[in-house]
Amino acid sequence: MIADLPSRPGGEGRELLRTAGLTKHFKLGGLFSSRYLHAVDSIDLAIGENEIVALVGESGSGKSTIARLIAMVYKPTSGEIFHRGRPLSTLRSRRDVLEYRGRVPMVFQDPYGSLSPVYHVSHGILRALKLHRPDLSKRGREQEAEYLFESVGLAPAREFLAKYPYELSGGQRQRIGFAQALACRPELILADEPVSMLDVSVRIGVLNLMSSLRRRERISFLYITHDIAGARYVADRLIVLYAGKIAESGPVEDVLAHPKHPYTQLLLSAVPDPRAPVSLPPTPEVQEPPRVINPTEGCRFRTRCPYAIDECARVTPPLRVLRPEHEAACHVATSDLEGAEELAHDQLN
Amino acid sequence: MIASPAQTVLEVEDLCVDYLTERGAVRAVDGVSLDVGRGEFLGIVGESGCGKSTLLFAIARLLSPPAQISSGRVRFEGRDMVSMNEKELRRLRWREYSVVMQSAMNALNPVLTIGAQLKDVIDAHERLSSRDVRQRSEGVLKLVGIDPEHLRSYPHQLSGGMRQRAMIAMALVFTPDLVIMDEPTSALDVVAQRSLMVQIKQLQRKIGFAAIFVTHDMSLVSHFSDRLAVMYAGQVVELGATRDVFAEPKHPYTVGLMRSFPSIRGPLQPLTGIPGAPPDLAHPPAGCRFNPRCTEVMPRCRVEEPELYAVNVKGTYDQVRCFLFDPRAAREGPE
Amino acid sequence: MGVNLVADQTRAVAPPESPRANVLSNFAGALLRNRKAMAGGALLLFFALVALLAPVIAPYPPQAILFDQILPPSPQHLLGTTGNGQDIFSQLLWGTRESLAIALVAGFVATVVSVLVGVTAAYLGGLSDHVLDLFTDVFLVIPTLPLMIVIAAYAKNGGVLVLIVVIVITGWSYGARQLRAQALSLRNREFLEAARVRGERNLYIILAEILPNMTSLIVANFLGAALYAVLAAAGLQFIGLGDPNDLSWGTMLYWAENNGALLAGSPQWAIAPGLCIALLGGAFALLNYAFDEISNPALRPVKRKR
Repeated sequence: MIADLPSRPGGEGRELLRTAGLTKHFKLGGLFSSRYLHAVDSIDLAIGENEIVALVGESGSGKSTIARLIAMVYKPTSGEIFHRGRPLSTLRSRRDVLEYRGRVPMVFQDPYGSLSPVYHVSHGILRALKLHRPDLSKRGREQEAEYLFESVGLAPAREFLAKYPYELSGGQRQRIGFAQALACRPELILADEPVSMLDVSVRIGVLNLMSSLRRRERISFLYITHDIAGARYVADRLIVLYAGKIAESGPVEDVLAHPKHPYTQLLLSAVPDPRAPVSLPPTPEVQEPPRVINPTEGCRFRTRCPYAIDECARVTPPLRVLRPEHEAACHVATSDLEGAEELAHDQLN
Repeated sequence: MIASPAQTVLEVEDLCVDYLTERGAVRAVDGVSLDVGRGEFLGIVGESGCGKSTLLFAIARLLSPPAQISSGRVRFEGRDMVSMNEKELRRLRWREYSVVMQSAMNALNPVLTIGAQLKDVIDAHERLSSRDVRQRSEGVLKLVGIDPEHLRSYPHQLSGGMRQRAMIAMALVFTPDLVIMDEPTSALDVVAQRSLMVQIKQLQRKIGFAAIFVTHDMSLVSHFSDRLAVMYAGQVVELGATRDVFAEPKHPYTVGLMRSFPSIRGPLQPLTGIPGAPPDLAHPPAGCRFNPRCTEVMPRCRVEEPELYAVNVKGTYDQVRCFLFDPRAAREGPE
Repeated sequence: MGVNLVADQTRAVAPPESPRANVLSNFAGALLRNRKAMAGGALLLFFALVALLAPVIAPYPPQAILFDQILPPSPQHLLGTTGNGQDIFSQLLWGTRESLAIALVAGFVATVVSVLVGVTAAYLGGLSDHVLDLFTDVFLVIPTLPLMIVIAAYAKNGGVLVLIVVIVITGWSYGARQLRAQALSLRNREFLEAARVRGERNLYIILAEILPNMTSLIVANFLGAALYAVLAAAGLQFIGLGDPNDLSWGTMLYWAENNGALLAGSPQWAIAPGLCIALLGGAFALLNYAFDEISNPALRPVKRKR
């Protein structure tokens, strides 16, 4: 399965992780306040073996919250996360939790903040190995750390191991973040905007690293980003998030070619692409996603949507399958489809 | 597209900016020359550490120690800015040229209303009656697409995009000839970014100011700038009409940069980016500063430093700092 | 792990040939270049040496009542004698031990308490944070001088231990606030999240990840606490709340005052210990300033985001 392109073998194999109705609310204000920020609401997603799923959204969409829920940094307000069929809420003992953390580690966004400035850069890896690979001796750990550094492209590893974070560039530090995640022999890596804070010319290297890890080590990724173009480059499937809910999800090429949700369409039109001809979309007053506090029923995108109808203000649109494996949560898109189906049905008869 | 002197708003000539550290002077901007014509939109593109922000600060005369301009000239409408004192600069500032900073959202005073801050800006540079102040404030807000009733709003009541536009409004309140912008959209989401860029371009066409726009994201300026300057390690490595630079990038760094943008349209292509990292400006490599990372490197590149060579492109000149385009080498043939 | 992934076209290039300057030598260099640090450090070193070598340098046993009373300064008695006929110079030298010890020990213990309360409050957050904050605030608000006097008066002539306890009780809360603030700001740094996500225990995170990043503030706190201890101890001993039979600069002041030294023609009996107190306090203050100067801009590696 060796190819030059970050190819798409597809989501074959078993399901690694699934969320059901995952919800997280944060309380705003003091002890007696009743205002809740709805960071994510009723998220159902699944990630299989050997698959890169991109979670795309702007700030406030809830994508980082989802990552932290899966990484067990936050506890869900409601809903459940299943790892290979086992609910995370049943993980009680330290050993179980540790094992999960080893299987599903996280890579962070900020290369300048994700490594402790007072230790060598190998500190995190050596600690991770100590916690997750108790079979290794001290010497074994050091050797494994060297091997991990080399496998993320930091060679000669011995020189890098003794460096301090400030001696390395952002791209190098991010690679160390991946090496730390690899130390635990993971199945699924949660990558929270791993390249957003890197220079453009360095990003591709890290994205290629993700692709090659998936291809050769069969590690799945949940790639969280606001950059659709980067998501297209590495991912098999795309999930578009808006204001804490899934707007659209499906195979990446299909979603890009046939975006069903108006928000996806807006996002795609806003992506600057030097090779594309310029198009000036209309500029409504509201340009940013809302902070969702104690929301009412109805589609959260309706205030910015050029197609909004009455139903959008009354009923929260559920995710419906509109094309093979491709769903969107939009009343208008659904009724379009139903209308077309009726038409086709009529024409057949 | 070299503007004639009468139409040149800004002329930077061989500007050098040093940071005086304990270990000696570090040259952040090394011999940069460029000019901006009236009403022209110049984009300056580069990654972290290339010196673009320092260059901007130097042009706006906003550098503070340990940074200083060590040589070169900055001429604004013919007047030498480097030799001016604070008093003379203040007369120029905001009326003739203004600055919009990165993350301008944090530059707004959180305890003053937008109207109060606009009033402060106006009062600082001109004596107007309060009615005139109000009229001008309302006018400039409308210009950037903000409802004038927000004069009474506090910054936290506005969204990020609106705050950014408020900063731009402040920069335009005296309709200056030149607006200098340092990554004004970087803190915004992609949709807001797009609409702000469109707005800036519309404003520019309407009012006619020249603009210098510094960013790390090439694709952002691709549709909006007339000319593009690419910076690397403190130097300008390519300078030309935006169309030409995008259609046919010449400097290997520019080529590499262009290859670093995955596209959402068209076929999926493997990309390589540019391996390595920008040099430490305290210890730049010998010869061409890009040579350790260059795919076209020649022996000469490791020893000599290239100058900016003019390359003829459809009747105008682009400038490229690369031996591949050295006209003498072309004449002499391969070594 | 399976196949080696080295054959990746976009491998990172080896690290640049940066000088192997590590954090410690940078810091040492900055120390040496800072005048306040040098001055404060020299003073502190001086007093430390005096304390260590007192038995060797002092001409006479300090408490021995061997001589005539209130003798003026002379070659045999560099600072004259006390109202009891003891050599003042010897007393001064020996007294350095206790004064320095109190400063260091009380400063240290107060800092430890500050760190425990402040960092724990920041790390645990929520209700625990509120409770610990309340606790800190109570101690912060209580007027220190009356509190010191009340406690010391109750433990009459309690000696060095009581002094240290009193100083710690009154001195820890200020530092706890500062440390809590810094720990809070650290709490959101991603390397702490990274530690949690890789499965570290809470205690480990506090001790091995948070504290090492707070060393400069902790040391600065210690210096401030030591300064406070010097002055507080001297003050308490001067008004007689320490054990007058102890030998320290503060008790010297007490005896000098009791015997009306200034009027009785032996002003150096009061001035000498007073000067030493001021100098030792000054040493800590200078080091504290120097530390602030050094740790704020220069040490932390400056990297901009874009």
